[in-house]
Amino acid sequence: MQLIDLAWWQLALGAALVLALAGCTLLARLGIGKTLLIAALRTVVQLSLIGLVLEALFSVAALPWIALMAGVMLLMAGREVTARQKRRLTGGWAFGIGTLSMFISAFSVTVLTLVAIIGPEPWYTPQYAIPLLGMMLGNTMTGIAIGLDRLTDAVWRQRALIENRLMLGHRWQAAIGEARRDAMRSGMIPIINGMAAAGIVSLPGMMTGQILAGAPPTLAVKYQILIMFTITVGTGFGTLAAVLTASRRLFDEHERLRLDRIAAPDT
Amino acid sequence: MPTSAAALTARDLGAGALTDVSLDIPPGRILALSGPSGSGKSRLLRALADLDPHAGTVCLGELAQDRVQGHVWRRAVMMVPADSQWWADTVGAHFPDGAADDLAALGFGPETLGWQVSRLSSGEKQRLALLRTVAHRPRALLLDEPTANLDPDTTARVEAWLTNLIKRHDWPVLWVAHDPQQIARVADAHLRIAGHRLETAPCS
Repeated sequence: MQLIDLAWWQLALGAALVLALAGCTLLARLGIGKTLLIAALRTVVQLSLIGLVLEALFSVAALPWIALMAGVMLLMAGREVTARQKRRLTGGWAFGIGTLSMFISAFSVTVLTLVAIIGPEPWYTPQYAIPLLGMMLGNTMTGIAIGLDRLTDAVWRQRALIENRLMLGHRWQAAIGEARRDAMRSGMIPIINGMAAAGIVSLPGMMTGQILAGAPPTLAVKYQILIMFTITVGTGFGTLAAVLTASRRLFDEHERLRLDRIAAPDT
Repeated sequence: MPTSAAALTARDLGAGALTDVSLDIPPGRILALSGPSGSGKSRLLRALADLDPHAGTVCLGELAQDRVQGHVWRRAVMMVPADSQWWADTVGAHFPDGAADDLAALGFGPETLGWQVSRLSSGEKQRLALLRTVAHRPRALLLDEPTANLDPDTTARVEAWLTNLIKRHDWPVLWVAHDPQQIARVADAHLRIAGHRLETAPCS
């Protein structure tokens, strides 16, 4: 089975439907028409650009360029993690912790999957490496952002309670324990739910894509299971690492709760 | 109970509006601290408990605040805040090993440990917070208005229990109070906040 080519005018038909939706939201005075159109435009521009970049990258297939691409993706994901938190750690710690945790978890799991499981030749073949890393980063990013957001928010609201436990001579790990466990759980629940619902409620996007591209469904399913597992592992370890590091940062060397290390939310 | 009695001393303490505060509370003595709202009483207590970054040095006998880990210091010098916080569902879960002494002295029975925290009145919380702190075996106490939510009878009961306990264990105690009569009843010395300083005031 060959992939059916899509002409630009066929995409324009899809765009017309988006315009129609924007018109309806305007009529209903939802106030999101502009946001919708800008987002749609961003999709077109960003994906077209990444298409060109990937075409170039696939034709070169040299490790330094692939590493550069991976680095840029990591930094963008780090920025996104920072932007999604309401109360972030000050002094670049929000970006630093998020990016480092993603680097540790997403990168190592991706490399491990490429080298030890899928085994393309060479291992960094961009057709495998870049989409795999993209899916890893996208999910890990969400987990870490939720985890960190929950942690700082909970600590902000439970200040009196955490400090009362400190007053009783509890260690900082015990004082923040409940907030920390909650944050870790919140970061990991979406991906766990995603695994539970896969195939029943939703057909995962990558599997759908492979089937559309003509792969036999059983092979597509195998890839999807592998991806689900690696994404879960990456998200889980990334969230654990980020929440652990951030909760340590909330206390100083005298185990005092330092809320001055959390910035006020943007208004 | 065999605990080594030690004095609580502070030198050149700076916390909030207060500067160059020096304190010396001998074992078994109660130092009352008074001052208008917002004058920095709680900030001073928080500095003594090492909950905020602050200037100056604080020692409990040989134990120096800046040389030990935070939890080690606060396990010895325990602060009881005016508004106590409860994290578990039942009262008993907040006590080490789920056991409390002296429940009867403050008007509670053994069944109190099974009570739901969400049903406690503010006065019950205040008394139980004192019991909870004592159950953690401190060596010095920082009390932030420990009887603020109590009626006169219960206040007298808590005062009698606390003063007796303090003498028995030889704890140095800083007791924030508003009521001059309470200060007269419990305190061995009295300091009043005046601007950026502490001044000695009569106990009665």
